[in-house]
Amino acid sequence: MVQLSSTLLYIAFVLYLIGTLFFGGTIRDKKGASRTSRWATIGITVTISGFISQLGYFILRWIAAGHAPVSNLFEYTTFFGMMLVAAFIIIYFIYKTSVLGLFTLPIALLIIAYASMFPREITPLIPALQSDWLKIHVTTAAAGEAILAVSFAAGLIYLIRAVDQSKPSKRTFWLEFVLFCLITTLGFVAVSSAFSIAGYEAKFKWIDKNGMEKEVIYNMPALVGPNQGQLEKESADRFQPLAEMPAIINAKRLNTVIWSLFGGAVLYLLFRLVLRKRVAAALQPLVKNVNLDLTDEISYRAVAIGFPVFTLGALIFAMIWAQIAWTRFWGWDPKEVWALITWLFYAAFLHLRLSKGWHGEKSAWLAVIGFAIIMFNLVAVNLVIAGLHSYAGM
Amino acid sequence: MEQVKCECGHVNPYGTAFCESCGKPIEETTKPLLDMRYEGSARRSQTYNKTIIDKIWNFFSSVKVGVWLIVITLIASAIGTIFPQEMYLPPNVTPAQYYEDQYGWAGKLYYELGFNNLYGSWWYMLLLASIGVSLVICSLDRVIPLYRALNNQGVVRHETFLRRQRLFSITNVNDERLFETVKERLAKRRYHIREENGNILAEKGRFSRWGPYVNHIGLIIFLIGAMLRFVPGMYVDKVLWIREGETKEIPGTNGKYFLKNEKFIFETYEKGKENEVFNAAIDRVGSGMVAKTYQTNAVLYKRVGPVIPGDEPKLQKVKEYKIRVNDPLKYDHYALYQVDFKLNELSKMSFQLIDKKTGTSFGTVTVDLRNPTSSYNLGKGYRVELLSYFPDFYFDNDGNPATKTKIPNNPAFVFKMYAPDKPKGEVSFVAIRQTIEPFGNNKYKMAFAGIETRNVSALTVRRDFTLWILGVGGTIFMIGVIQGMYWNHRRIWLKQVNGEVWLAAHTNKNWFGLKNEIKSIIEGTGLAMPVDQAEMKKKAAQGGNEHGATQ
Repeated sequence: MVQLSSTLLYIAFVLYLIGTLFFGGTIRDKKGASRTSRWATIGITVTISGFISQLGYFILRWIAAGHAPVSNLFEYTTFFGMMLVAAFIIIYFIYKTSVLGLFTLPIALLIIAYASMFPREITPLIPALQSDWLKIHVTTAAAGEAILAVSFAAGLIYLIRAVDQSKPSKRTFWLEFVLFCLITTLGFVAVSSAFSIAGYEAKFKWIDKNGMEKEVIYNMPALVGPNQGQLEKESADRFQPLAEMPAIINAKRLNTVIWSLFGGAVLYLLFRLVLRKRVAAALQPLVKNVNLDLTDEISYRAVAIGFPVFTLGALIFAMIWAQIAWTRFWGWDPKEVWALITWLFYAAFLHLRLSKGWHGEKSAWLAVIGFAIIMFNLVAVNLVIAGLHSYAGM
Repeated sequence: MEQVKCECGHVNPYGTAFCESCGKPIEETTKPLLDMRYEGSARRSQTYNKTIIDKIWNFFSSVKVGVWLIVITLIASAIGTIFPQEMYLPPNVTPAQYYEDQYGWAGKLYYELGFNNLYGSWWYMLLLASIGVSLVICSLDRVIPLYRALNNQGVVRHETFLRRQRLFSITNVNDERLFETVKERLAKRRYHIREENGNILAEKGRFSRWGPYVNHIGLIIFLIGAMLRFVPGMYVDKVLWIREGETKEIPGTNGKYFLKNEKFIFETYEKGKENEVFNAAIDRVGSGMVAKTYQTNAVLYKRVGPVIPGDEPKLQKVKEYKIRVNDPLKYDHYALYQVDFKLNELSKMSFQLIDKKTGTSFGTVTVDLRNPTSSYNLGKGYRVELLSYFPDFYFDNDGNPATKTKIPNNPAFVFKMYAPDKPKGEVSFVAIRQTIEPFGNNKYKMAFAGIETRNVSALTVRRDFTLWILGVGGTIFMIGVIQGMYWNHRRIWLKQVNGEVWLAAHTNKNWFGLKNEIKSIIEGTGLAMPVDQAEMKKKAAQGGNEHGATQ
């Protein structure tokens, strides 16, 4: 059953990829032709099939494990990707914009691919997670974040269409930066997969901040080694670190970050060499038929739908569970604080929009920042800032 | 202040931008579109700015100020997560030292700026309080005039009002049945229709306009609930460390309840015992490395009878409960949570009094490490006295034996051994793995014979009378936010002017949806689809763009 479940996830991944291509095909649709072309119909059908396949993965894994598969970083992130696709499907049927698929599906693909780089085993639940609130809180929070992520996709479309690419400016720079971050995620996936396929492994002995000797296994060549790190005998022929990190820094993770940035930079430069212009400029023709006001409204609508869901899942349900499991509904744990920050940010977004009239491009930039905060909470808070939620990195 | 009478006869409060009833602008403006945000109502903050109260009111009623407060709180909250807060530091460390040791100069700076307790700092509290004040004033400043304006709105609207709506069209039609058809279709779409002299006002979802104010009320209730926590008696938060077999008063209950720890159970996931799908995960971290259960088998007792100081309390069993993480024991508003534990704490230590040469044993002494007896009679003239006891032994700065805590982590004893041939007794200092004979060679010694251990469980005791207030606040917030976000307030006006039909429409959000709705309402009636004047304006500014308009 576990095997079948994994296969279904793989099929879903491939279907999303195909769906993206079909949504890409709608670009050449003539304006004024019927609202939904054949390309778009196939695209959404394939996407829905992918979603059903992923739902199959989710259900089978749930049955196999005996608990909702949202208990570690791989499971949570995969589920987040699935919710993103679900949110897209809903928004698609409200607004019938196929270009949204062309941007949302690749983001979902990136998220699922990113998730797959973490341990994929089914993990047993530690006592703190043994609760019905696991499924209630985590799924609602993920759904809320996913709906908010659709506003990012729409915001990105808006910016690619609206930012003037004829001359370099702050706006072109930051838009490139956003795309570079997405490409770096791809870089992380590429580099991790490459070394994983090659079976690279280097074992180090090192001294932690309490002066204890520890062991660590690198799965990528160690550009930066751990504190007083020594390659062990069986790894003697492995790459020697170029630099050594102090004990308070998690050298293995930093090494992964450096490799990802390196992979991302190589990919980005490759794109630039081939395209001979900014990546955003190269994407611009894809969105040339996009109606800016409609895109703006989709971005806002996604926030309007997602904000209450996020509040419910990531704050209210979270507080109820925290009261049961950790004796207090709120404890300023980093993950909690970042959920609050996300909430405050979107509250500010809504106020700026409703009362200050921040529509259009300003609103699109805010949607991008909001997504960055969500990603920060998903990635950095789990991996960098340790806290009660850090089991998610297990 | 004097009130303003509009030509339609309606009397508006001072400061109104356009007439509440007919919508005619009070003062002529050159802007092509009306600012419909608060229905042009007279908001206190926009009208008065003289006294100090006006100034404070105006400051907090500004959304700009509100957003700044939110952003500052957001940044401050983020700073608090750079390094762990003091409450998450390991116990028994000096914070000043810890931050510097772990994080260097940055940690030192963090500590010196007081960020180690950021969320409890006066300025963070002040920020939250300011947000609270801003919520109240912002809401009051807007909701009352908005209610007035929406309540007083007339069906017959002035021509300038209609002309300056974002969606507007004029059609030259002469069809008597037109209004009937449109009315029918509007009714089908759940519009509430009012008619006056051949003018139509169709409206729906007005209640969504109250959403923001409802959710603000929820937030204020939530903040008040959080503040009430500081009122004595509302909130109890104690920790109870309890050993297996012990019965202890539950702190915070004023001696009313007692708890017995029957057994503490700690389990881990072990390979072979669990569902096979977990094998891979268990292999990776190691069998027995992941916790499965923390459980205290507890018995709750209630004290009965009067409290007499010094007397043993009379206890009556209330209930047995297996307290686990995620499953606290709840009774009489109190909740007991499994939070911590210590395995295998030493509870008893046994020694044999032996003759060092022959090894003959003259009996066993068992010392209860929590509550040791001072004298142990072994019969036949053999006797042991416990002169001193150090539960957590170490040598202090002067080289004298001392104890760090009262917990028997490293017990040490000074025994005096009496035997028929040693009537004055021999003194022996006994600690784990060492024996010191301070007065030279002894004949007898206390030989280690065994230990007994038991587990200790830590339970948090809570009673929180603020929780229901927080619950009410949270629920009201959710209702308000859904009310405001998932519904739209839409209005459509139809007016007959000299044989023309003027159609205007407004929504507080989701214009795309409104346009679609109008499209289907006027389909086949001959009415012209309203033009989006905001878009027209933008397109004109952009120099015209064929793809700017909705399709």
